[in-house]
Amino acid sequence: MEWMALSPEEWTAVKLSLRVAVVATLFSLPFGIAIAMALARGRFWGRSLLNGLVLMPLILPPVVTGYLLLIVFGRKGLVGGFLADQLGIVFSFRWTGAALACGVMGFPLLVRAIRLSIEAVDARLEEAAGTLGADRIWVFLTVTLPLIVPGIIAGMILCFAKAMGEFGATITFVSNIPGETQTLPSAIYTFTQVPGGDSGALRLTLVSVAISMLALVASELMARSANRRLDIE
Amino acid sequence: MTLALDIRHRLGTFLLDARFETGSGLIALFGRSGAGKTSVVNTIAGLIRPHAGTVMLDGTVLVDTARGVFVPPHRRRIGYVFQEGRLFPHLTVRQNLLYGHWFTPPAARGDGFERVLGLLGIEPLLERRPGRLSGGEKQRVAIGRALLSNPRLLLMDEPLAALDEARKAEILPYIERLREQSRVPIVYVSHSIAEVTRLASTIVLLSEGKVAAVGPVSEVMHRLDLFPLTGRAEAGAVVEAVVERHDERFGLTELRSRAGSWRLPRLDAEVGARLRLRVRARDVMLAKSAPTDVSALNVLPGIVADIRVGDGPIVDIRLDCNGEALLARLTRYSVERLGLAPGAPVHALIKSVALDRRSLSGPIAQGPGADAEADEA
Repeated sequence: MEWMALSPEEWTAVKLSLRVAVVATLFSLPFGIAIAMALARGRFWGRSLLNGLVLMPLILPPVVTGYLLLIVFGRKGLVGGFLADQLGIVFSFRWTGAALACGVMGFPLLVRAIRLSIEAVDARLEEAAGTLGADRIWVFLTVTLPLIVPGIIAGMILCFAKAMGEFGATITFVSNIPGETQTLPSAIYTFTQVPGGDSGALRLTLVSVAISMLALVASELMARSANRRLDIE
Repeated sequence: MTLALDIRHRLGTFLLDARFETGSGLIALFGRSGAGKTSVVNTIAGLIRPHAGTVMLDGTVLVDTARGVFVPPHRRRIGYVFQEGRLFPHLTVRQNLLYGHWFTPPAARGDGFERVLGLLGIEPLLERRPGRLSGGEKQRVAIGRALLSNPRLLLMDEPLAALDEARKAEILPYIERLREQSRVPIVYVSHSIAEVTRLASTIVLLSEGKVAAVGPVSEVMHRLDLFPLTGRAEAGAVVEAVVERHDERFGLTELRSRAGSWRLPRLDAEVGARLRLRVRARDVMLAKSAPTDVSALNVLPGIVADIRVGDGPIVDIRLDCNGEALLARLTRYSVERLGLAPGAPVHALIKSVALDRRSLSGPIAQGPGADAEADEA
C-alpha cells in the first residue's frame, strides 16, 4: 500500500483544489440565488439575454471561457485592471483566478438547480405571506428560501463538483503553477505528460473519485433531511 | 366598517365592472362560478391591481388609480383565508399561526392567541406540520392564522369548497362563532346558497363581473327576478324565528316567527334562541282554503305578493305571510287551476321533515346585547 501515499506536491494540489472549489461555490451562491430568483420570478426586459449569458460557459469551449476571462479579468483587462489598481485584487496566475474560473464554469449548474426549485415553489404561498404582513424581502427569507433549500444544496454540490473537475478554463486563465494554480485536474494532466507519472496520476484520480462520491452522498443525505422537514415523503 | 369598491378590471375576455358599498357584519359575495367573486376579493386584498377604480376601507384609500394610489397587500392589514388553506409546509401549526405576529407591532398584537385557539379548537394541533392535518383542520388553522395577523377585515374565499359535507359541517359552527365573537368584519365568498343564507347579514350578488344586487340576505333571496342568478333549484325563503318550546312526546320543536308558528323535528337549541330557517321554495305547497285533514304540520296563511312565470312549466311565487316572505314553486298548471294572482289569499303547507337540521342556522347574534358581549370577549 506504499504507493497509495500522496507526495507533498500531490497533497498541495488536492488541498488547493478543495480550497478553490469551496471558495468558488460559496462566492457564487448569493449571486446564483439572486439571478435564479430574477430568472424564475422576474418579468423584465433582457431576461432571455441574462439567461443566455448565465448559460454561456456551459456551451462555450472551456478554453474560450478561460481566454475571455483572461481578457476581462487579466492584469490589463477592463475589470481586472480596475480591481488590481483600486482594490488590490489580482486574479491572473493566482489561486483566486482559479476560483473565479471554476465559479464561472459552475455557475450555470448552480443557477439552473436553484431556478428549478424556485419555480416549483407555489407562488400562492408567497401571496399568502404578503396578506399576513410580510414585504417582499421577508416573504423571500421566511417562505421562498426555506422551501428551496433542497435545490440550493443540489446546486451547490453540482457547482462544487464542476469546480473540482474544471480544467480548460482554469489552465487557460491562470496556467498550471504548482502550489498556486495547479488544481487536481492540472496535476493529473501534468503527471500524464512526464515519464513515470502514471502512479501519481492514478493516486490523484482515486482521490478525485472519492471526493466526488462523498459530495454526492452528502447531497443525498442533506436533501433527504430537508425533504423530511417539509413532510414530502 | 364600511367597504366601498368601484373597480373595472379586464382579465382576458372577462370584464369585471363592480361597484358596491357595505356596512359591517358578514358580507357574502355570492354568485355562480366565474361571476368574478375571487377577482373582487383579490382586489380588496391587493393581489390584483385593478385597471381603474377605487377601493376604500373605513375611509382609508387602498386603491385609487386616478391618483396612482395602490397600498401593497402587506400594508393593508386584511386577513385572507384561501380556498386551499395555503399553510406554510415548512412551519409547524404554531409557527403558521404566529407568522403574522412578526409583522405586527407588539402593542397591536393583543392577547388573542389563546382566544383564537379556543375559538377554532386547534390547540391539540400546535406542534404538527400542515402535511399531517386533515382538510378541515387545515382550514381552521388558516382561519386562525389570518385572525392572528390583527386584520381590520377578514376575507374568506370559499373556505369550505375543497371540503366534503362532513368537514363543512365541522367548520361552519366555527365560522358562525367567529362572526358572533370577533369584531373583525368578514367578506365571505361562496356559490352555495345554503352557506350564504346561514352566515351572511348582507349579500352582494355578482353576475358576469357585475353587481346584480346588494342588500340584506332575506331581501336579495326573496327577489323572484334574481332567481336565475341565485340558483333556482335551491332558492328559498329565509325566516327569522325564535324557539318557543320543545314537545318531548313527539320529538318536535316549536318555533315562532312573524309568519306564524312552525313545528319541526327536535332541535338542540334552548328555548328563546334565535334561529334562521331556510324554507326551500320547492318544499312549499299552496292551498286556497285551510286544509283540515292533512299531514303537513306547518300551515301558514298568507297573500300572494308576486308571481313570476318563466318560459317553462314552473312558476315562482312570493307570499306575504304577515310581513314575512315565503317562496313557493308550483307548476303553471296548478297556478291556473287555483286561479292564483297577486292579492289572492292562500295557505302555505310545509312538511316538518322538509325542515331538517341543514336548513337552520343560529343562534344569530343581533341587536345591542350581542355587541356588548363581543366587546367583553
